[in-house]
Amino acid sequence: MSDKKTKRRDFLFTATTAVGAVGAAAVVWPMIDQMNPDASVKALASTEVDVSSVNPGNTITVLWRGKPVFIRRRTQDEIDEARSVKMEDLIHPEKDEDRAKNPEWLVMLGVCTHLGCVPLNDKGDYNGWFCPCHGSHYDTSGRIRKGPAPWNMEIPKYEFVNANTIKIG
Amino acid sequence: MSEHEYRPKSKVGQWFNDRLPLLTLANHLTDYPTPKNLNYWWTFGGILTFCLITQIVTGLTLAMHYIAHADMAFESVEHIMRDVNYGWLIRYIHANGASMFFLAVYIHIFRSLFYGSYKSPREIIWIIGIIIYLLMMAAAFMGYVLPWGQMSFWGATVITNLFSAIPLVGEGIVTWLWGGYSVDNPTLTRFFTLHYLIPFLILGLVVLHIWALHVPGNNNPVGIDIKKPSKDTVPFHPYIVIKDGFALLMFMIVFAFFVFYSPNILGHADNYIEANPMVTPAHIVPEWYLLPFYAILRSVPDKLLGVVAMLSAILILAVLPWLDTSKIRSAVFRPLYKQFYWILVADVLILGYVGAMPAEGLYLLIARVATAYYFLHFLVILPVLGFKEKTIPIPLSITEPVLGGNPNLAMAKKKESKIE
Repeated sequence: MSDKKTKRRDFLFTATTAVGAVGAAAVVWPMIDQMNPDASVKALASTEVDVSSVNPGNTITVLWRGKPVFIRRRTQDEIDEARSVKMEDLIHPEKDEDRAKNPEWLVMLGVCTHLGCVPLNDKGDYNGWFCPCHGSHYDTSGRIRKGPAPWNMEIPKYEFVNANTIKIG
Repeated sequence: MSEHEYRPKSKVGQWFNDRLPLLTLANHLTDYPTPKNLNYWWTFGGILTFCLITQIVTGLTLAMHYIAHADMAFESVEHIMRDVNYGWLIRYIHANGASMFFLAVYIHIFRSLFYGSYKSPREIIWIIGIIIYLLMMAAAFMGYVLPWGQMSFWGATVITNLFSAIPLVGEGIVTWLWGGYSVDNPTLTRFFTLHYLIPFLILGLVVLHIWALHVPGNNNPVGIDIKKPSKDTVPFHPYIVIKDGFALLMFMIVFAFFVFYSPNILGHADNYIEANPMVTPAHIVPEWYLLPFYAILRSVPDKLLGVVAMLSAILILAVLPWLDTSKIRSAVFRPLYKQFYWILVADVLILGYVGAMPAEGLYLLIARVATAYYFLHFLVILPVLGFKEKTIPIPLSITEPVLGGNPNLAMAKKKESKIE
């Protein structure tokens, strides 16, 4: 067998394997991607909430994309407490001014950033939220202060449609 | 081995066996030479096969009545319990069967740890076993989600969120697993599909597990290599078949006790409340068989490191044959290892206990100490012990200590000389 012939075989072998691998990957991708959120799930993108009946110091919980959203009408004490915290004391430093554009209203996903449980209102060492699953403490701005959770509770995209209605999403 | 000369007696048998040697296989399994000193700790392989078959049969029948839909799953389970003929019995066998399966597998694993069954030349049997164990945990977790109760829902949420600890791609993976932005109907239907698939994967791996076992043959309580067949072995049938059968009957008494007298004692009352994405139950705990790993997860105050520690606690078992440097298999001849073995058993039981308790105060402290010790055992104690330990001399055959009346070679020799 000459060297030339061996190289030709090698080329054909490599080329066939490469085309086969690309073909296999092209077939595998739809099988993987079908598990991602489908069009009907993505369509449920926004929800409108009437907050006129919420008194200061109260929280309502609404469902958005299958997840609870906390809407809290904060008292002046809570706002002062949230805004007086030094950034260096925070695990995940975020200003309360950035988290609550309208200081009276805190709108955030009621999902603990540790493993996804729903934290309890008015509990914990920082007068905010406490997650019963693995003991994460959040302050009155929903920022993580103590426990295994790595981040503050997430602020979803939302806007005030009018004084009494919040549109989430 | 005798199967090479095996030839069926009947003409039809010979005709068939020449074309598909199933009868040769049956003969191999019947005559398979087994160490004659196997004790009752060795009967759990057969018991586990029974557990797997039970789960597959009861699972198939439940699937005929269960509806995998977020709006109907909870009701369909109640329908099985109340309306379907013997539905309560089949479901209770299936639910408690999972616990019995894990009970048996833990005894099976700790038997291997005591008698060194994972050591050369049985590493592949051991690793296949660990893969089966991982698949069992996946199947049990997904099965627990199917009734769509509060514990189902929040257990699914917490466990799938473990993947969000992976840097950069974690959140994307979790969304992909869920098929949405939270645990919901798409999650339920895929969990049902996978829960149905995994037992058959396990069945395939069990065949490989037994195949790999039949290459070197069984380890035994003395832990020495034996000639097969020899005066140290007995044929699998009828000797081991009868012994396994008797042990299985004893096991079924325990099984039946749970099914008929306390079918819900191993479950959580919260799972009889339908899933509610707005409220997390006050105290989330996994099923008892996952508690030690749950304790390890919670004992680390960092999210990513907690997940890494928990997975390492399981995967460290896969490299155990290389962490244990001792050439002596059985703990019977390893006086120090024997003590550390029982400390490990206690350590795992303690982890299981604190895993069920709230993660605070003294419980958290105990969980941290026990977690540290767990890793210390595998990463430091076992490798060092192989070099430092002064072992008891092992006998040359199984028969020797039996005849000598003492497992110790020196003692046996002494007795022999007395007899002479």
